[in-house]
Amino acid sequence: MSELVMYEEEFRRIDEELKRLYQLANAKLVFLVDKNGQLISSAGDTHDIDTTALASLTAGNIAATGGIAKLLGQKEFSILFHEGEKDNIHISLVANKVILVVVFDQRTSLGLVRLRVKKSTQSLERIFEELDKKSSIEERDKGLTSPFSEITDEDIDRLFG
Amino acid sequence: MSFINYSTREINCKIVYYGPGLCGKTTNLQFIYKKTAPEQKGKLISLATESERTLFFDFLPLALGDIKGFRVRFHLYTVPGQVFYAASRKLILKGVDGVVFVADSQIERMDANIESLEDLRINLAEYGYELDRLPFVIQYNKRDLPNIVPVGELQKILNPDNVPSYEAIASQGMGVFETLKDVGKQVLKELKKNY
Ligand SMILES: Nc1nc2c(ncn2[C@@H]2O[C@H](COP(=O)(O)OP(=O)(O)O)[C@@H](O)[C@H]2O)c(=O)[nH]1
Ligand SMILES: [Mg+2]
Repeated sequence: MSELVMYEEEFRRIDEELKRLYQLANAKLVFLVDKNGQLISSAGDTHDIDTTALASLTAGNIAATGGIAKLLGQKEFSILFHEGEKDNIHISLVANKVILVVVFDQRTSLGLVRLRVKKSTQSLERIFEELDKKSSIEERDKGLTSPFSEITDEDIDRLFG
Repeated sequence: MSFINYSTREINCKIVYYGPGLCGKTTNLQFIYKKTAPEQKGKLISLATESERTLFFDFLPLALGDIKGFRVRFHLYTVPGQVFYAASRKLILKGVDGVVFVADSQIERMDANIESLEDLRINLAEYGYELDRLPFVIQYNKRDLPNIVPVGELQKILNPDNVPSYEAIASQGMGVFETLKDVGKQVLKELKKNY
């Protein structure tokens, strides 16, 4: 199974890109989720928001609409847009493996959000490409940095008390 | 698909509770939720119908502790059991790291158990996974009911490969954490093997 592995350098760059998007799109909240529902990173005021739950539901949403697309015999929808009473949500796929979510209100516009998402998507795709390369190199030279190289079966047993 | 983040020092894994409708999958998660400390868990999300049947999935994030400075998180999901939710069930299996099959021990649910286990194999195969190679635990639930199949027979029919199995009364919590611990350990050991 292919694991998603995230390193310091790429994580920092992703974080920066999300912050940039958050500012330039004048959004309320921006976050990035892997397709299995795990939150990768976020920017903006996540204070009273359960981002873990948000991430899981977003991935469920993408999975469900992806399933609908398939039934209709078309490729996965690459952009979803939900319009709310106050807040709107723009959801898009990046590199076909992670999901970019932008929450915004009337202080900005869908046009601007679209434009900035497009730009950020290009940067993010580059970062994920490099991440892919990096983890396959790491894979080759196994053991060097893996947390599991130091973890024993006893450590695992102990975690579960 | 587990997610290892070296930057935030987290290991995330996905465990799916599978089984026929009404076998007790949601009840397992509810008990786990009830019995874990607030700092260890997120919200229990249930996408359910008005009659409390699971519509899409239940989701419970759990952080059981740290290993060598890495925070280990498990994301627990259940699938909707009814036959007509086949498409949703398959979606939830995507990227799974470990599976719990919850069997309903009642005699009249044996056919449903067999069918659901077969459905699990087929759905996994469509993603290119094999059940035999995944961390896998079987739970024989509802052991408190009078009309149940003896465990020996359940083993023979549902567990010919003899994977770890537990008797449970999920509604009272019996066997729930034993099941979770076993699959959790298997998932981490499998990750260790691959890294
Ligand atoms: N008697 C008994 N009832 C149980 C047990 N576990 C679950 N139930 C009940 O079975 C019903 C269906 O459980 P639920 O968790 O919603 O099933 P799911 O469809 O697999 O999610 C509920 O009424 C539960 O209270 C058990 O061990 N014994
Ligand atoms: Mg349920």
